[in-house]
Amino acid sequence: MPSDPVRGVRTIDASEELVKSGLIKKLATVGLAAALALTAAACSKGGTTPGTQAAGGPVELSMWTHNAGNKGELGAIESIVTEFNASQTKYQVKVQAFPQDSYNQSVVAAAAAKKLPCILDIDQPNVANWAWAGYLAPMEGMDDVLSKYLPSTVAKWNGKTYAYGYYDVSLAMVTRKSILKKYDIREPSIDQPWTGDEFMAALEKVKASGDFDYPADFATGWTGEWWPYGYSPQLQSFGADLINRSDYKSAEGVLNSDKAVAWATWFQKLAKDKLIPKKSSADPALDFVNGKSAFLWNGSWTAISTREKFGDDVLFAPPPDFGNGPKVGGGSWTWGISTNCGDAAGAAEYMKFAAADKYVAKVAKDTNNIPTTDAAAAQVPGFEPGGANDIFRQFSKKYTTMRPETPGYPFIATEFAKVSQDILAGADPKSALDQAVKNIDANQAANNYFQ
Amino acid sequence: MSTSTAVLPKAAAPTKPPKKLSGSGHSQGRVGALMLLPAGILMLVFLLIPIGLTFLLAFTNARLISPVPAKFIGVDNFIRLFESSTFWKSLTNTIVFAVVIVPVQSGLALILAVLVNAKVRGTNIFRTIYFLPVVTSMVVVSMLWMFMYQQEGLINSVLARLGIIGPDWLGDPNTALFALIIMSAWQAMGFHMVIWLSGLQTISGDLYEAASLDGASPWQQFWNVTWPGLKQTRTFILITITISAFSLFTQVNIMTQGGPLDSTSTVVFQAVRTGFQQQQTGYASAISLVFFVLVLAVSLVQRYLTRDKDLGK
Repeated sequence: MPSDPVRGVRTIDASEELVKSGLIKKLATVGLAAALALTAAACSKGGTTPGTQAAGGPVELSMWTHNAGNKGELGAIESIVTEFNASQTKYQVKVQAFPQDSYNQSVVAAAAAKKLPCILDIDQPNVANWAWAGYLAPMEGMDDVLSKYLPSTVAKWNGKTYAYGYYDVSLAMVTRKSILKKYDIREPSIDQPWTGDEFMAALEKVKASGDFDYPADFATGWTGEWWPYGYSPQLQSFGADLINRSDYKSAEGVLNSDKAVAWATWFQKLAKDKLIPKKSSADPALDFVNGKSAFLWNGSWTAISTREKFGDDVLFAPPPDFGNGPKVGGGSWTWGISTNCGDAAGAAEYMKFAAADKYVAKVAKDTNNIPTTDAAAAQVPGFEPGGANDIFRQFSKKYTTMRPETPGYPFIATEFAKVSQDILAGADPKSALDQAVKNIDANQAANNYFQ
Repeated sequence: MSTSTAVLPKAAAPTKPPKKLSGSGHSQGRVGALMLLPAGILMLVFLLIPIGLTFLLAFTNARLISPVPAKFIGVDNFIRLFESSTFWKSLTNTIVFAVVIVPVQSGLALILAVLVNAKVRGTNIFRTIYFLPVVTSMVVVSMLWMFMYQQEGLINSVLARLGIIGPDWLGDPNTALFALIIMSAWQAMGFHMVIWLSGLQTISGDLYEAASLDGASPWQQFWNVTWPGLKQTRTFILITITISAFSLFTQVNIMTQGGPLDSTSTVVFQAVRTGFQQQQTGYASAISLVFFVLVLAVSLVQRYLTRDKDLGK
């Protein structure tokens, strides 16, 4: 998984415990300032103040990314920055890369000290939360360019655009044509995906043969953001959802509706009947490649390793339709401008420069992800219309339901992950979902519904 | 251990002329304060201030990420906490974990210590082997045991040889906590073995010699010489194991994330989850505060029960 798009919202920093309210805030700022001063002193490279102008020289714009240790994407971003710096003399963008695991906490700590960089990348489901918290500034005057982007790569909140991304990833039911043939299972297409019943019948058939350890693998061994990213689309395909999207206030009657209970019952049955492992291994794609499972609920990132082994035999089937159409999640890493930027005009100029199709193509190509624009897709081998990976782009276009774009999402994500895990472990579906709804609604109310 | 340190200054004092001591007292005090400073600052910044903040934040609705300033909300957090079934589950798990692991871990560590204290060749090798898990990172140990506990993992394969069908250790609410206890005891046992060992080695050989002259069996020697001689060590071990048992977190975070069905959720795990993943700083502070009171109470009770009764006379 090159960019690991689905595990973004995880732990956030301890130092942020020291937030808000008079004295506490002061103490917090002093402490964080001291910590930042130490960091700055420790690595002389990192000590850039956002948007400062060296006497006479260009204005320096700092940029943070989560891509340290992720060569492909970091290289692509750096080459865009180099081209931008060479294209004009007014601004100089300076990249600082963080390891993904500590990226969010660095941003949260920097925000408390009002030391955010000018430009930063944000995991899409965090955008609404960070925009609400005042970390991110809305982007103006880019609607024309971004109208050509896949909607799932343009992060909006409250009617304003806060970030855009170069690529998306898509979920798919990975299997092999030869398996479908052997067990006499219909090969699905975008026009005619499997129905829920058809899919379950297929699993039962494969199970009866005893040829595989498990008929399917849903990657239940992963933790964190994978759970809402991977399984809330199935919930939505059953006709339920994480929160009522008419006003984003309550989950009552949505996450605990009859349809949600039907989803939970189905999900629980998968594990109970040993149709999927209750806890998958750390690398379910490897298990699939090794013939331990016949179907793999995973994403476009598995294309390389599975094709390497099975070639054209691999089939990326659309998600089964459980009544409300096939669904996949959307949104990956996106770029935005912070509110601490000393030169917002410069940051905006970079954002416009970097949104060009050729850069979309470059980043998508180097990360093996779905390019967000049609023009870029034509330039990325495999993603051109009719190309081997074009199917993922079509899934993204047709089936995407975004994870709810509301500041309450990070909390909803943890509750959904927990309730799904509990359901898989055998909890009573209805009462588990009721409890999750109660917790989500309490959090919504405690935050005055994020108004 | 503590008796020997108490004796040393007394023995050393008479060699120094008392006059000189009082003369340099002032500057010595300053040097002392100076030497205390680095540790003092660290304690202040990383211990006292955070504890103070926890007390304050526990009564507010502070959030990790929010544009709205924190408000004082009285004891709302505590009411919510005491009404939460996850909290009671976590508290029960924590207590069960502590109650089981204290005797198991200290008992096994004592057996190991007695074994490696024997005057035979090669004890150093065993000491090293038993101590290895302690110097291994808990994260690594947790990962390894996670593999061993899998349905088709090492442990179940061994059990299968014996004709027993092993459970899904970490996936079954009935066995998950038990599995964590075994693994935790195994990991930390070596550390307490060393502490016991240091205690064993403070017991004078003369006592054993006298006991064997009186015709005491090895078992009688253990009960009448070794056990009373380990009194101080026992107190230390009891308190350290209890406190570390209460702060159970790493294993849970890596191996089970509190599941299945909250069967391995602990108070600290719940605090971290609500504080960071769920961004509820105020509520997490309330959990931490309850945890603080709990550990304090347990330590005080232990101190009282294991106090040196002779001192009162």
